[in-house]
Amino acid sequence: MSARELILAGTDGDRGWRLDNYLARGGYSALKKVVGERIPPENIIAELKASVLRGRGGAGFPTGLKWSFMPRSFPGDKYLACNSDEGEPGTFKDRDILRYNPHTVIEGMAIAAYAMGATRGYNYIHGEIFEIYERFEEALAEARAAGLIGSNILGSDFSFELFAHHGYGAYICGEETALLESIEGKKGQPRFKPPFPASYGLYGKPTTINNTETFASVPFIINMGGEGFLELGKPNNGGTKLFSVSGHVNRPGNYEIEMGTPFAELLEMAGGMRGGRKLKGVIPGGSSAPVVPADIMMDCTMDYDSISKAGSMLGSGAVIVMDETTCMVKALERLSYFYFEESCGQCTPCREGTGWLYRVVHRIEHGLGRPDDLDLLNSVTGNIMGRTICALGDAASMPVQSFVKHFGDEFLYHIENKKCLVPPEVQYEGSQIYVSPKC
Amino acid sequence: MDTTKEQAMLSQEALQQIDREVAKYPAGRQQSAVMAALRIAQVEKGWLSRETIAYVAEYLDMPAVAAYEVASFYNMYDLEPVGRHKITVCTNLPCALSGGVHAADYLKEKLGIGFNETTADGKYTLKEGECMGACGDAPVLLVNNHHMCSWMTKEKIDQMLADLESK
Ligand SMILES: Cc1cc2nc3c(=O)[nH]c(=O)nc-3n(C[C@H](O)[C@H](O)[C@H](O)COP(=O)(O)O)c2cc1C
Ligand code: SF4
Ligand code: FES
Repeated sequence: MSARELILAGTDGDRGWRLDNYLARGGYSALKKVVGERIPPENIIAELKASVLRGRGGAGFPTGLKWSFMPRSFPGDKYLACNSDEGEPGTFKDRDILRYNPHTVIEGMAIAAYAMGATRGYNYIHGEIFEIYERFEEALAEARAAGLIGSNILGSDFSFELFAHHGYGAYICGEETALLESIEGKKGQPRFKPPFPASYGLYGKPTTINNTETFASVPFIINMGGEGFLELGKPNNGGTKLFSVSGHVNRPGNYEIEMGTPFAELLEMAGGMRGGRKLKGVIPGGSSAPVVPADIMMDCTMDYDSISKAGSMLGSGAVIVMDETTCMVKALERLSYFYFEESCGQCTPCREGTGWLYRVVHRIEHGLGRPDDLDLLNSVTGNIMGRTICALGDAASMPVQSFVKHFGDEFLYHIENKKCLVPPEVQYEGSQIYVSPKC
Repeated sequence: MDTTKEQAMLSQEALQQIDREVAKYPAGRQQSAVMAALRIAQVEKGWLSRETIAYVAEYLDMPAVAAYEVASFYNMYDLEPVGRHKITVCTNLPCALSGGVHAADYLKEKLGIGFNETTADGKYTLKEGECMGACGDAPVLLVNNHHMCSWMTKEKIDQMLADLESK
């Protein structure tokens, strides 16, 4: 059992992020090949399709297919946006990619620009990681000085300008059209779709948005071929993927593994359960993904299809591990507060509904729950889902539905006994200040 | 020029930084730089008064109300004065499972203030934060928006406060 690394391979923590380190690892060879051999753009997109790379930002949309929507022959500017606004609770992989291997993102974006005929790109970086934004700016300066981005890349007639845009604290800007609004210097409020960004994106021009890890995978696909990448994973679930493991494990952190690796192996890589305690539940794809009870999770493999069969989503690959000391009502209360806080307020079902969800879960947790509160929660989520402009409404509803479905007894216990099923001192013991032995 | 307007003016250095941001965007799209410009202004002024926001808006040739909308939409802009050091602790679930809430409690106790409060000497403001995309490093906190501190045990919090004390 071991990690199978592509993106993180050979990166040496903080010591290996610079251009010369990346070149020594074989970096920019894919871009050189594409530009030097004038590979037809259709061939690159075909390679992406063959790799079955699925978007790493949460929705898992096939990247090759998305790229084929861009109108290549559209005259004038076309844009690329890299989504590094990583704010989905539990997710911290893009930060490490930008921190340890920023040039693979730059190279991936340059290849993407070549394939789609994009002229300019922006990497939208999460507000809270200013130090990473500064590093990315430095990496961009290195790439520009070496002629790897800018005009006439590597002496060819292909030009692509790339810049970094720093967010300032709004989860909703991770939604791709809110992100575009934000780059335009506005409030980050999602747009109605259609029109889709491929026809009307940044400044009204054709735009493709991909996640950081998606772009970072592209050079490897060019180098090893789409088939080679696919074979690393399993059918319909190509490649390797970074999983951010947090919560009650001995070694929280990012683990890059082949798609289809058993969850049990990932848990072992993360050092196993902290204090040898028993697993209670796992949120396998970021806080928006439905929670999965321990016994079902232990039978899952880490790929889109297996997690979806277990009733959840692989999402961003953020694996939040909770042991038996966790009060599931309190856990849900914190997540519901988050969605309530971060709703942009544009649609009534989301703005009002997230407030309702938080207040009801809050009162259950605080001993003021009413007998029909679980029905109320289900009815509020039913009124949100599918009735909003963006997927934040669904993202707020799915945790509620799944926690109530799988841990309903614990909610009922709170309502009947006006206290937690897990005694407070046990909760305290399980979640006190913890520092991984890895650090 | 009246005094509040004068106070809202930014230094040449700050304006040069803003110019570099404007240059990232296509001609005529300087509004795209408003987020960066507000950040730069906030670093210089400590917080964003209405006058500062209006000054930034004028510099970028956009309506003041549009800049104000941006400043009030994103969480990291401070539209009211804060202490010399703003400490934002992440208490979202992944962090909470590894001591995020305990770290926040410890800071409250040490500083004698709650969330959204400032110490009487004006040195510290404490804020509750949402996921900072660093949950593997829990407990995590941000100092003055731009510096992230990882694995904040009680000892490391003590050390951090001692370091900030001398700044
Ligand atoms: C509320 C909300 C938040 C999101 N946050 C992120 C994010 O932080 N990072 C990300 O890559 N995608 C995020 N997404 C998904 C994006 O809208 C988009 O699907 C993704 O960036 C596309 O890239 P991909 O196909 O490479 O995954 C979010 C979506 C929603 C609805
Ligand atoms: S669903 Fe919520 S976050 Fe999304 S646009 Fe509507 S109000 Fe805003
Ligand atoms: S939950 Fe604290 S950084 Fe993600």
